[in-house]
Amino acid sequence: MMVRWLWPLLVLGFILHPAQAQEQTLTLLTHDSFNVSEEVLAAFEAETGITVQILRSGDAGTMVNQAVLSKSNPLGDVLFGVDNTFLGRALDADLFVPYESPLLEQIPDVFRLDPENRVTPVDYGDVCLNYDKAYFEKAELPLPESLSDLTKPEYKGLLVVQNPATSSPGLAFLLATVAVFGETGDYTYMDFWADLVANDVLVTEGWEDAYFGQFTAGGGDGTRPLVVSYASSPPFTVDEKTGEAATASIVADMTCFRQIEFVGILAGTPRLEAAQQFVDFMLSPAFQEDVPLQMYVFPVHPEAALPEMFVQFAQLPEVPVVMDFDRINADREKWIQAWTEIVLRS
Amino acid sequence: MRLERLVGRRLVLAPIVFLAIFFVYPLVSILIVSLAPQGQIDLTGFVTLVTSNYYRQTLWFTFWQAAVSTLLTLALALPGAYVFARFSFPGKSVLLALATLPFLLPTVVVAAAFSALVGPRGVLNQWLMDSLQLTSPPVELERTLAIILIVHVFYNYAVALRIISTYWLNVNLRLEESARVLGAYGWRLWWDVRLPLLRPAILAAAALVFVFTFTSFGVVLILGGPRFATLEVEIYRQTAHLFNLPMAAALSLVQMAVMFAMMSLYTRLQRRLALERVPAEQTLRRPRTPLQYGIITLNLVLMAVLLFAPLAALVGRSFSAGGQFTLTYYQMLATNPRGSVLFVPPLQAVTNSLVFAVLTTGLAISLGAIAAHWLARRASRWTAWLDSLFMLPLATSAVTLGFGYIIALDRPPLNLRTSPALIVAAHTLVALPFVMRSVLPALRSITPSIQESARVLGASSWQVWRLIDLPLISRSLVTGAIFAFTVSLGEFGASLFVARPNTPTMPIVIYRLLGQPGPANYGQALAMSTLLLAAACAAFLLIERVRRANGSEF
Repeated sequence: MMVRWLWPLLVLGFILHPAQAQEQTLTLLTHDSFNVSEEVLAAFEAETGITVQILRSGDAGTMVNQAVLSKSNPLGDVLFGVDNTFLGRALDADLFVPYESPLLEQIPDVFRLDPENRVTPVDYGDVCLNYDKAYFEKAELPLPESLSDLTKPEYKGLLVVQNPATSSPGLAFLLATVAVFGETGDYTYMDFWADLVANDVLVTEGWEDAYFGQFTAGGGDGTRPLVVSYASSPPFTVDEKTGEAATASIVADMTCFRQIEFVGILAGTPRLEAAQQFVDFMLSPAFQEDVPLQMYVFPVHPEAALPEMFVQFAQLPEVPVVMDFDRINADREKWIQAWTEIVLRS
Repeated sequence: MRLERLVGRRLVLAPIVFLAIFFVYPLVSILIVSLAPQGQIDLTGFVTLVTSNYYRQTLWFTFWQAAVSTLLTLALALPGAYVFARFSFPGKSVLLALATLPFLLPTVVVAAAFSALVGPRGVLNQWLMDSLQLTSPPVELERTLAIILIVHVFYNYAVALRIISTYWLNVNLRLEESARVLGAYGWRLWWDVRLPLLRPAILAAAALVFVFTFTSFGVVLILGGPRFATLEVEIYRQTAHLFNLPMAAALSLVQMAVMFAMMSLYTRLQRRLALERVPAEQTLRRPRTPLQYGIITLNLVLMAVLLFAPLAALVGRSFSAGGQFTLTYYQMLATNPRGSVLFVPPLQAVTNSLVFAVLTTGLAISLGAIAAHWLARRASRWTAWLDSLFMLPLATSAVTLGFGYIIALDRPPLNLRTSPALIVAAHTLVALPFVMRSVLPALRSITPSIQESARVLGASSWQVWRLIDLPLISRSLVTGAIFAFTVSLGEFGASLFVARPNTPTMPIVIYRLLGQPGPANYGQALAMSTLLLAAACAAFLLIERVRRANGSEF
């Protein structure tokens, strides 16, 4: 009789369960921000006969953690969206099988971080300071030109950043300060952060509450005209009537942190060939040119044409901060811990 | 008779089996992986916990902010419960539905609504600055303990209001009248008669509000800012970002142990305090005296300021761009200019949400009623323990349980990791405690003599349940159903942290929109939130109407 009561559960599970994966259904494990044009994906599916199922699971960090936990019985065939700040964790866990795509040789070396090709670069973006153009014009305030400018009295109480323990751009910004000020010497990143705290920096947990809640040009009721965001954010603040963006990025040398996103084939997949075709597809012109407007990042392929909106309003820093992913992986927790002590518990 | 008893006994197993599969098994799996990754037990997390000042302070802060939030919520909701349980006035069911809406909003959206009202550039401060000629905003609530407490009341007011007023509706007025005849008026009437009669419901509400605020996450993170941290916040940080599973597991175990102890205390108290009562007749009446009108008005003003103003601010925002009325955000929601695969037609999101909510409500009500029926009958250490166990999912970090699902439910016959059924299961897990806390006090207070009389007259246990218990608890069951529905619609629980196939719900769409820059995305997120509120409100009124059409007015 107990069985009778379990039936509805089982039936429910059966009805709602997606059809058992067929030979040619490729499962892509990715984060919440992954996006692609229906058209571009449909063309790939039509050409190869592969059906792509997209599984989204939280932000990039959560996704990598899920993949590590389910390593012995992977959730999908391909994982997209691991960036250089979490790459070390993924590689240490041996999540991927190497694959050298024939298209990889067209990709600049700066993006090809893994010499064994366990992961393939797809796109990149820079975490930069965004500012409210109207505010700075009205206050007749010059823009900060370096990270250390942010500790000057004229920028007191203007900046909002994210907690690196819970936010991807927050972590990127912390890494930028570690790279710029270093860990030893007279003035370390810790001194810089102590000065930022003295200069009334505001910390939020996530990007959303910083950008929409605290930033003056995000759409909410914020009071801070400087925010840590992405270099590709300003195109989305363009006013339809005036054609002007309400915000812009500060792209001065060594103020932005470069994030590169990778795709990898999950070890243990029975659909290796299909997975390889998908990696090739991600490097193909169709996908690469689709990247900017779907995911607000830049394609790694140097010849991929950029949309007009990006050419006009998205800026690329000439000298962004880059950091070795092994170093990030080794010391990430240590830096976050030090940051927490200085900024949150002082 | 024998067959029936057999069925009854087996039926009882359904909620327990459910809890075992979707809670105990995944939780134990993830704790084992966390604490003994290579087969060796790693207790460093516990050592850090015990030796660190920071974690002791966090535990203490978690505890007392929850206690204060609970007391505040009860103090404000009790007069409200009185008004809703004793008087009938126009627009009552709409007001009750509106009061429940805060419960399902994502915190980022609620934070925005409060900021629009009491933030430095909010309505209140603008008005005060203009009228008092001030240069800086006089009300500074941002990132204070005060705003955390206010928003906790905002979220939990309806929980206390609904549970207490539903119970109150069934309390016989005769006792109160007798007390009056014996000379109990004013405070004495409240203190000696009303409150003791209501204690089971007040305790049930307190237990729920306490668990909810003890495990508060978004409110503390976003409104309080990173300086405030509860245990739940620490668990999230350690699990999702630092991936320090031994530490996260230690924290989770401490959190669950504290909650389990609190719940055991509560179930023991509850048992001792349950008063038997005879079913009440019609207890609602129209207000007559000026005092009664005064109490009702005061309450509605409180609800308007505390609950409806933030909701109105939010809805207002979704219709305005640059200070002017617009429908742009709603139109944008329905278009897909870049042909993205991520795009979800709003109707699709609404449908997905409603389907999950209906399935969750059905499952939670069935399982909850069975479990409550069983727990109400038996009084042993074993049942007290089980009762607390059913509350535990509320005290479990969603991200922990989400990871548990991924490692535990990964093989046939339970290969559910990527199945939408898992979403229903996760929602039901969170909804069950609400159903049980609504139903149990009502079931326990049914005088056994009625049931016994029925049995003497030859009624089977099924008939007793169907003809006596069910009508007497129908109101409580509806309250439970409404919370189950709300919990699912608001995407509480682990389902946010499992790998989801393409069944986006309204909250998921809101999160996605808030993940992209620009005022247009923000406006669309608010528009989607407004749709969420509208759908929920319509559903509450419908559930209420169905009950009235079917149920007797006990």
